[in-house]
Order: sequence, then structure tokens, then C-alpha cells
Amino acid sequence: MTVKTEGRARRLPPHELQAPMKKVAPTANSNAWPAKIRRIRALVLKETHQVVRDPSSIAIGAVLPLILILLFGYGLSLDVKNVPIAVVIEYPTPEAIELAAGFRLSPYFHPTMTRSMPPAQHLLLEHQVDGIVRIPADFSRHIAAGDANVQLIVHGGDANRARIIEGYVQGIVGVWSARLAAQGQATLSQPVNVQSRLWFNEANDSSYFLVPGLVVLVMTLIGALLTAMVMAREWERGTLESLLVTPVRTEEILLGKTLPYFVLALFGFVLCVLSAKFLFHVPLRGSIWVLFGASMLYVLIALGIGLLISSWAKNQLVASQLTMLATFMPAFMLSGFLFDLRSMPTVVRLITYALPARYYVALLQSVFLAGNVWSVIVPNTLVLAAMAAMLALASRAVVRKNLE
Amino acid sequence: MSGTAPGAPAVVAQGLRKRFAHKREAPVSAIDGVSLEASHGELTALVGPDGAGKTTLMRMAAGLLRADAGSLTVLGVDVTADPQQVQDRISYMPQRFGLYEDLTVAENLDLYADLHGVSAEDRATRYPDLMEMTALGSFKARLAGQLSGGMKQKLGLACTLVRSPELLLLDEPTVGVDPLSRRELWDIVLRLVADRGLTVLLSTAYLDEAERCSRVIILHHGKVLSQSSPQQVADQASGRSFVATPSSNQSARRLQARLLDQPAIVDAVPDGGRVRFVRVAATTVPADAQDSAVADALQDARVDPVTPRFEDGFMILLRAHSDRERLKPMVIAHPLGRQDDEPVVRVTQLVKKFGTFTAVDRIDFEVRRGEIFALLGPNGAGKTTTFRMLCGMLVPSGGELTVAGANVRKAAASARARFGYVAQKFSLYGPLSVAENLDFFAGAYGLRGDRKRSRIAWAMEQFELGAHARTTSAQLPGGYKQRLAMAAALLHEPEILFLDEPTSGADPLARRSFWRGITALAEQGVTIIVTTHFMQEAEYCDHVAIMDAGRVLAQGSPAEVRALARTDAHPEPSMDDAFIAVVERSRDGQNRGASASPAAA
Repeated sequence: MTVKTEGRARRLPPHELQAPMKKVAPTANSNAWPAKIRRIRALVLKETHQVVRDPSSIAIGAVLPLILILLFGYGLSLDVKNVPIAVVIEYPTPEAIELAAGFRLSPYFHPTMTRSMPPAQHLLLEHQVDGIVRIPADFSRHIAAGDANVQLIVHGGDANRARIIEGYVQGIVGVWSARLAAQGQATLSQPVNVQSRLWFNEANDSSYFLVPGLVVLVMTLIGALLTAMVMAREWERGTLESLLVTPVRTEEILLGKTLPYFVLALFGFVLCVLSAKFLFHVPLRGSIWVLFGASMLYVLIALGIGLLISSWAKNQLVASQLTMLATFMPAFMLSGFLFDLRSMPTVVRLITYALPARYYVALLQSVFLAGNVWSVIVPNTLVLAAMAAMLALASRAVVRKNLE
Repeated sequence: MSGTAPGAPAVVAQGLRKRFAHKREAPVSAIDGVSLEASHGELTALVGPDGAGKTTLMRMAAGLLRADAGSLTVLGVDVTADPQQVQDRISYMPQRFGLYEDLTVAENLDLYADLHGVSAEDRATRYPDLMEMTALGSFKARLAGQLSGGMKQKLGLACTLVRSPELLLLDEPTVGVDPLSRRELWDIVLRLVADRGLTVLLSTAYLDEAERCSRVIILHHGKVLSQSSPQQVADQASGRSFVATPSSNQSARRLQARLLDQPAIVDAVPDGGRVRFVRVAATTVPADAQDSAVADALQDARVDPVTPRFEDGFMILLRAHSDRERLKPMVIAHPLGRQDDEPVVRVTQLVKKFGTFTAVDRIDFEVRRGEIFALLGPNGAGKTTTFRMLCGMLVPSGGELTVAGANVRKAAASARARFGYVAQKFSLYGPLSVAENLDFFAGAYGLRGDRKRSRIAWAMEQFELGAHARTTSAQLPGGYKQRLAMAAALLHEPEILFLDEPTSGADPLARRSFWRGITALAEQGVTIIVTTHFMQEAEYCDHVAIMDAGRVLAQGSPAEVRALARTDAHPEPSMDDAFIAVVERSRDGQNRGASASPAAA
């Protein structure tokens, strides 16, 4: 087979030579609507081709969500389990051994038994254990007197973890002393009555909490990062320049960018929800339609932010960094996804009110774990809707058909 | 519409101004009081060096940039007030063709047809035309990104022609494309104007292209120097253009250098073994007795008057409007003085592959001491890749490479101390001042103490950088940036100087003085290896190699290479003709083979 790589240009066929100059641009009103639809369709089609062919879109749209799901679902856990701890039994009375056994049998602890404080202190100093439980030599004697003490020393490096360990220890000691009391023996002088109950997360499994939050990250990534990147790429490659000098209108360019990535983001959303439900067995207690509706609003917001950023940042590097800073990081840290908003300093907490992710996280946690709590759903949805509308107007105003 | 009669104005600018603000710098006037007119049914060219304001003006006409002052009317519409109406009616090809590289040829065409609202019936007749015109028919399913530069450029043009625009704007449509593709594009555009009465406004930095337009607007530093027919521009030089033929024992390059140094001479360029020059004033006597300096410079060369061409008139206009002083001839401190036949660079069967793509494909050449050697070819031919291998920045995939006696593959560092390299892009440290940059590079080349001081003093003096010593190099005017880059590369007195596309983007005056400096260096024994896509610049060289798609297609002295294209019909072919002849021959050869290999981009 012979194919000419580059042939010389040939004469035009005669019928073209006589062809009168035709004005093709549709200006008549009867025509305007279909032409508009056709232009949007062409842009959506173009964008779809690009997404399918561009490995970086696939990476951000599908691979990254998958990695995040697996990472957060399996790799990252806020649960405190198998805490290394030193249990000091200074005098092995039956009571002391029984209490120590309570630690050994607990899934939360991985105890190392010692007979005196110095080796235990050594372990703590080297941070081989997170805490020391000291059962003093006179423990059994004091039980009879009713004023027995158990000393607890916790490594305070991670305050949250320390508090959790403290709670666990109190729980074990409490259980043991309760049993002692039930057996009619004397109780400890300060009966630790820990009655902890965890609502919504009775399994105390942090994936219940993390996986719904993941949806926020994935939506933010696909919505904002991908749009900002593909717009910046058009600037970088100079393709937008020739696109602008056509009958295409600003809102058509915006729609042409929004629609494909909206669909892609919803695909990521479905991926997250399915994995939440079937991989991590997170309950979905509220209505799936509320979840869907709220997510669509949030995607629109993320897309709007992406478009706004790209109207300013005209190369991919700046666009991606700006998007990460402006959307991903706040969604990660300031949305209540990972850290409790109520424990933040007032200034930071006030900032979180400006973040759409905050409202979305509240909605997600409610719908996934608590059910249809309308007092949570309605206000948060309204805020999201208002933000989506504002961003749509803002991007319409900011994105201009020129290169200024 | 009555306004579309041929000759009626399609684009009218009056007192147009556009300034760009930069951070920490004074705003730059890109367009500075421009008034111009382009007519319907005609091909009008905006001609000028880079930075003249061509692209800004094109973008303003396309409604992409707003004027700060003045008026701009396109097709009877005030662009500033209603850019959309203009954009509905015109077609525009930006400098980088505006193609979606991850869409196929057909998808690109469909996209623009949809955006322009071209009906299915119109497409049925128009697409075959476009395909035939651009010869892209067999590549419909190929991604635009995998086309060669010339094919991309034609696809870009096809995308603007999916409908009949009332005005076609082409911004530097041929920049960096091989001469063959350039010629094909021009054939298409000229035919569209002649046959269909298409109105075209295009910009170009190639002076030979301007000659083919019906009207030429010369822009320089945002101002219009002239607008007239190309013939009228050429006529400025009437009676002032000559060609000097050096006697057999003389070198044309030295003659050209001597002539260019004369104040009574506007321009002198080597031209096929002879020197074409333009005098400041017209004379009727060929050998001018009144001007003994010129006569001295000519020595015993024969002088014949020639018909002036566009470039001659253009240079007269440019000199008249430029306050640039001619750079004094370059003198290096320790002339190497040796000019023997010993090859200082030897390349044997050199190959570089990137993945499955072969950027450089088994090339051979030799460069002798004190020679100016040029790699000629379009963008993507493999010139820069070859260069990077010569300088030890890329490891060859195969073949042998000796630079200054050292095998670069084995002893890159020792070879590197003996050559200087000026990259295509300005690669000095922008935030550092001129003096700091020189100091750094002197240190990096291992210069110390007195030697370092004297070398920096030499560079400051030689390149006239003293006045700018404290300016940060990012803020230097374009010409001075290049001087600084050259100065930095020459600090350690290299034997070999590598220059990658040194003249791309420079205006013709800067290019003249650049070559003046380079030829002076070569006279003093420095070996110069240079890449360029300006075919005419090959005339300055002793030896040229024409590259296309990773292969060296021809090499030899400029005269030998030109001779490859000599036919009875065309006894004095230009370097462009030679390139086209060589490339066509090679591509025909490939096509006669089996299946076609895609032209590498």
C-alpha cells in the first residue's frame, strides 16, 4: 500500500470557484436556538473525546478516587487498637493478676508485663509503650479497705490518643471493679464508672466516618482540579484563542466545560458510594436521593471554583496548585471531615463557614450515619444551592471572550 | 452587502494604541498609534520582526484584545464595541494553529464546522475540497498531535476554511515550518484570494513572503513604517541595490563583513557566493569613486546593479527608524588563529530515540576547526536533539560522537570545558544582574582571580554591557539578552561555540550584527556550530547540513547544496529551493519504498 505522506496541493474543483460567498453565521432568531445547542453539543463532544484520550484526566477522574478510597478505607484509621502498654505488677496477688489479665485480653491493648517501675519507665521513655498501668504492691490490701488505687501514666505526645487510652484503661478497671462489686467484694475507693457509648459509630470503626468524607475529596478533586487543569491547558496550548474567535458564546464555553466533568464527577461519586456500601459496609441511613441531590449541588460548586481559578491561572501548574490550596486542602482539613469544627479556634471556625465543603460534609455525615435529619439537610442544602448559583453567576461574569 | 466590494476596506485602524502592564516594569507599548487599512478581496501582510506588534494587532482585529485608544473597525463593525459580531463572521488562525492535538483531523474539522454552524450539505461539498487542497485526506483518523508541523499548519488553515469567512486572519502561519510546507500553504492562500476573492490579513516575519502579497504593512516597535505594495517598498532601493562578485581568491563572507561595516552601506548579505548590498544613496556609477571607503572594502570585486527586492527597501526603512548602533566587530583576547583541516567534531551514525520515536536517525558529519557549520531544518527536524547530544546533555542511543578530541559519551566533562553553549531560550538567571550572571558563569567555568576579572572586563567591553551591568538580566532588552548569553558562553575562551537557533525571534538588524560577530569569531579560529530555520542564513556558513525528520539529507558548502536544486529552468536556486528539492527527493524515495512513515513532528 502506498500512502503519500505529504502531497502537493491541487487545483480547486470548478464548482467551488463559482460558489458565492455564503454567510453561514446564524443571526436569524428562528435559527439561533438549534445553532446554540449544536455548538454546545460540539464542545461537549470535543471535551469527551479529550477526557477519554487524555491519561491525566483518567488519572484524576478515576485512578485518584480509587487510590483515595483504598487509602482512606484501608490504610488510614483513626481507631486506637493494640496500644502497646506496660503493666507493672509490683506484687502478684490474685487480684492484681486478674486485673492485668483484663488488659491482656482486651483487643485495645498489647501489654508488656513487668515487676517494677524502672523497666516500664524505660519502655515509656523510648516510646515503645504508650502508657504504664501500675498496680501497686499494696493493691490487694487496699481493696479490702476500699481505697485501692491503680496508677496510670500515659505518653502525652498525641493528646487525642492519650485521652482515648485513658478512657480505655478506665473502662477495663471499671469493668473489673464492677465485677468485684457484683461478687460482693469491696470495691475500689474511687469506683470508675465509665459508661461510654458511641452514637452513630457503635462499631467505633473510623471508616464509617472517613468514607463518607472521602466523597467530598473526590468531588472536589474531579470538579475543581480537573476543570481548572483542562481550562489552563487550553490557554497553554493556545487552543482557546481560536475557539474564542468563532460564533461560540461565553456561556456555551462554560457549559461545554461543565457538562462532561459533571458527569465524570457523578461517576466518581457513584464509585465512592458503592465502595462505601459494599467494600466498607458503611450504612446509608438517609435517602439516597437527598445524597444524590446534595452531591450534584456540590459538584456544580466545585466546577464553578475550577472555572473561576482557571480564568485567572492560565497554566496548568499554577492552576493545579491554586486549586489544591483553595479547594482540596480546606476540604481536607477545615470541612469537619477529619477534624472536629467545634474544637477549632474561633477565627478558623469562622473561615469554615465560607467553605462549601463544610456544608457538604455535614450533609453527608447526616445522610450516611444518622438518616434523614431534615433540620440538618434543609439548611445545608440551601447554603449549597446559594453558593452554586453565586459561582455560576461569578464565572459567567469573569470568564470573558478575550485574552486581556 | 455593499461594503464587501473588492477594494472596499475590510479592516480600518485609526490611532490605535495598546499597552501591556508588567509587574515591576514600565508598561510596554505594543501598538503605538497605528493607522492602517486592509481591503476586501486582497491579501494584506503585516510584516515586521518579533515584538513589532503583529500578533497584538491580529488579536485586536479578532476581538481578543481591547484597544486602549483609537478605533478599529473590522467588516464595518467596531470590534471594541461588538467583538462577538466580528467573531461570528471572521476566521482566525492563531500562531500555534489552535488545533486540539488529542482530537483527530476529522474531529477538529467537525468541531469548527459545528461551532461555525456549517450545515451537513455544506460539509458534504466542502470537506472533500479541503482534503484535496491540503492533502490531508488519508490522515482523517490521525490525531492532530501526531501530524508534522507542515500538516498541522494546513489542518489549522482547513479549520478556518470550513465555512467561507468574510475575513481570514492568519497570525504567522508559516513560522518554524519547513520551506516545502510554507510554499504549499502559500499556494493555497494565494489561490483562495485569486479564485474566491477571499480577504486575508496575515502576519509574517519572512520578508520573501511579504513580496507575494498585494499590500504590505510594515510594523516596527508598534508603529507603521510603511503601507504600500511590496513593489513600492522595493522601489525605495531602486538604483541602490548591487551585487558584488568577489574575485576567485577572496571570500564572500569577508567581503560581506567589510561592506556591512561601511556607514555608506545600508545592508550587505551573502547571496550565493556573492554579496548583495544596498547603498545609503543611489548612484549611477557602479563602482563609486566618491566613496573611497566602500571602494576599499570592495577591493577588486566586480559590482553589478540588480533589481531591488522587497528586503532591500525594508532594510532601508528599518535602518532609518532604528537608532541601534552597529555592533563593533568582535575581537577575542587570545585568537586561536589556527584554521586547519583537523575535524574538531566528528559524528558517526548518531542515533537518538525517545521511546519508539527516532528523533535523530543515523546521521554523519564533520566540523573542521575555525569553520561555521549550520544544521538547517524545520522545527522537529532533530536539530536541537543533535545539539544536546553534541554538548553531552543527552546520551545518544547509538553511534559515535567526538568533540574536541574527546568522546562525549565517555568524557563529557572534559569536552565541556572546551566549548560554549548558547541555548535557544534565554537560560541565564533572570533575577541576577548582568555582572552577577557573568561572575557566576566565570566561576562555573572555573575562572579565578586575575583571569576571571580580565575575562569579565573583556565581556563587558566587547558586548557593550557596561551600561547595563547592574540591570537584572530579566529586564534587559531582547538584543542585550542575547549579547549577555553570548558573553557568558565565551568567558572561558572556548574552542567551539554551540548556538541553538540564535536568530529566531531577532529582527533583521539584530540578525545582521549577530552574524557579523559570528563570522569575526570564526576568522579568529573559533569553531561555530549553529542551528537555524532561516535557510538564507546558511550563506554565512562554510558548511551546512540539511536535516528533516531526523535525517541529514544533504551536506556540503552552501554552493554545493544549492547546486543540488539547479535545473535548466532554474539556474540560480536559493537555499529554500535547495531544501525543497532535497526534501522532495527524499520523501519521494520513501514513498517509492513500501508504506509511508508518518512525517515526524
